[in-house]
Amino acid sequence: MNVVSVAYKNLKRKKIRSALTVGGVAIAVAVLVSLIGFDKGYQQSLTANVDKMGYQLLVTAKGCPYEAATLMLKGGGGLRYMEQDIFEKIQNDPRIDSITPQLVSTVYDPDRLDGQGGFAMYMGITQSYLTLKPWSKFKSGGWFSSETAEEAIMGYEAAEVEQRVVGDQIYIPSIDKVLTVVGIFERTGTQDDGIIFLPLKTTQQIFSLAGKLTGVGIKLKNIYEMAAFEEDLYAEPGIQVISMAQVKGTILNLISSAKILANSVALIAIFIAAIGVINTILMSVFERTREIGVMKAIGASKLDIFKLIWSETVLICTLGGILGSGLALLGSGVVEYVLKQILPYAPTGRLVLIEPVLLATAFAGAVVLGIVSGLYPAWRASSMRPVEAIRTGE
Amino acid sequence: MSELVVKAQGLTKVYKLFAEEIAAVNNIDLEIRAGEFVSIMGPSGSGKTTLLDLIGCLDGITAGRLEILGTDVSHLNESRLVKVRRGQIGFIFQDFSLIPTLTALENVQLASYFAGNGQAKDTLREALEKVGLGHRINHLPKQLSGGEKQRVAIARALVTRPKFLLADEPTGHLDTENSQQIVEVFKRLNEEEGLTIIIATHDARIGAQTGRVIYLQDGRIAS
Repeated sequence: MNVVSVAYKNLKRKKIRSALTVGGVAIAVAVLVSLIGFDKGYQQSLTANVDKMGYQLLVTAKGCPYEAATLMLKGGGGLRYMEQDIFEKIQNDPRIDSITPQLVSTVYDPDRLDGQGGFAMYMGITQSYLTLKPWSKFKSGGWFSSETAEEAIMGYEAAEVEQRVVGDQIYIPSIDKVLTVVGIFERTGTQDDGIIFLPLKTTQQIFSLAGKLTGVGIKLKNIYEMAAFEEDLYAEPGIQVISMAQVKGTILNLISSAKILANSVALIAIFIAAIGVINTILMSVFERTREIGVMKAIGASKLDIFKLIWSETVLICTLGGILGSGLALLGSGVVEYVLKQILPYAPTGRLVLIEPVLLATAFAGAVVLGIVSGLYPAWRASSMRPVEAIRTGE
Repeated sequence: MSELVVKAQGLTKVYKLFAEEIAAVNNIDLEIRAGEFVSIMGPSGSGKTTLLDLIGCLDGITAGRLEILGTDVSHLNESRLVKVRRGQIGFIFQDFSLIPTLTALENVQLASYFAGNGQAKDTLREALEKVGLGHRINHLPKQLSGGEKQRVAIARALVTRPKFLLADEPTGHLDTENSQQIVEVFKRLNEEEGLTIIIATHDARIGAQTGRVIYLQDGRIAS
């Protein structure tokens, strides 16, 4: 026999009350684990997404940089157009390692998604696209037959959604155009998976956007030259330059206020859980005043009583920690789904990343919560004078 | 002559009730020797329980001098008093005061644990067998009758091999038959093992079966 086994049996005395208190701690732990997991997962996914864009700088037509950042990450065109001349002018800069022009256009297709309707995204590219994104491999088929071919290469998901294979013909309703699928990319885990790629010149021609681009992606030979390079580009009228580091920062800024709010909620949840634990144990101590007095009479020291009551609190929080960690792990899919629905921009990949270290930290945190919350009730119980405790309960 | 278990001189305990001071135990001189079976009798409010609390080192005295087993406990604080109590004094209460979530054996084991004694099952079982409960060791208090609960409480008090037993109205919640059985257990422990037993009771039939009766009235020894 030891105090922990006696404490455990004491908790079983009022099963519903103990279960509710454990539940309170579990919910607080689950909320905290989910939020920290989200913080980590979101940043990691965003970083992976940005890194997989392949370029460090994006030149677009002048407009709202926040809008441009979000739209570019989502794969959409800012749908502001810049002149292709700018591309021609800067492509030979010796500081550039690789450069690729892009022209994005979105078309509403009422037959998309089994008749529900939706936007299909088309992007005009050149061979340099593959230089900037060497991880873009063909699952089947290959590159366009010519720069003006009426052909398409589909991203992995775009092909899956429309159930297309190489050789199929796809129809663009608003412009009444039919294209032949010549290639399908492997999955990249980025927004590119949902895009239908066309030759740049074909895109300019069929969407009546001759000489226009929505963006130019640039990778420099030396990343330390970025600031000077950006400065030079700003000499060109009508354009803005966005570095991918800026994009990342912008998106993180966009969600930072939501994160502060969510973290506050988590802290409040933990505070309420701690109050709940203290309340439960104090109530239990007061109910057992006479019993505590009798234990002192039969030989229990102050320390024995302190350890007994403390163990009850730590047990509640430990069980809450285990349950809460499990809840966060099992519920991360649901949390991820909900977040994807409400966030203005959600990168591809896991949004809620719950690693073993996080679970272990949360569990240790719950134990610490128990240790701290148990101090006052344990002190109250151990300080009771035996004769008063025995007579109080009579 | 056997050793003194209790030696009180001018023992006084005063409680404050608002502005009023009440002497629950008032200037008592008392000696109880090892091997005695003593009953403290008197009407309600006469100071029986308070006297037992003082002898049991559960409460501090207001005035006078009190020696328990040769130790002057008159001015000891709670942490010192617990050292005197632990393992040396066995307590039995009117309402049995068992821990409801623990079995008979575990209740006995808890006392042994607090006293820092061994927890060998045989010793614990032996304590329960001594009070005729060897067959009920795994029963929870709610599964036992009043008489059986009080016998578990006696086993719990005995397991630490105390120098003396203090029982406060031990038969107060029992019928006549069970009361007599408990008294028989006390008599046997006193006669066969020489255990010093001090009980507070208002039942004259029980008092008559003890070796000495101390009658209290208004906190003083009347006879």
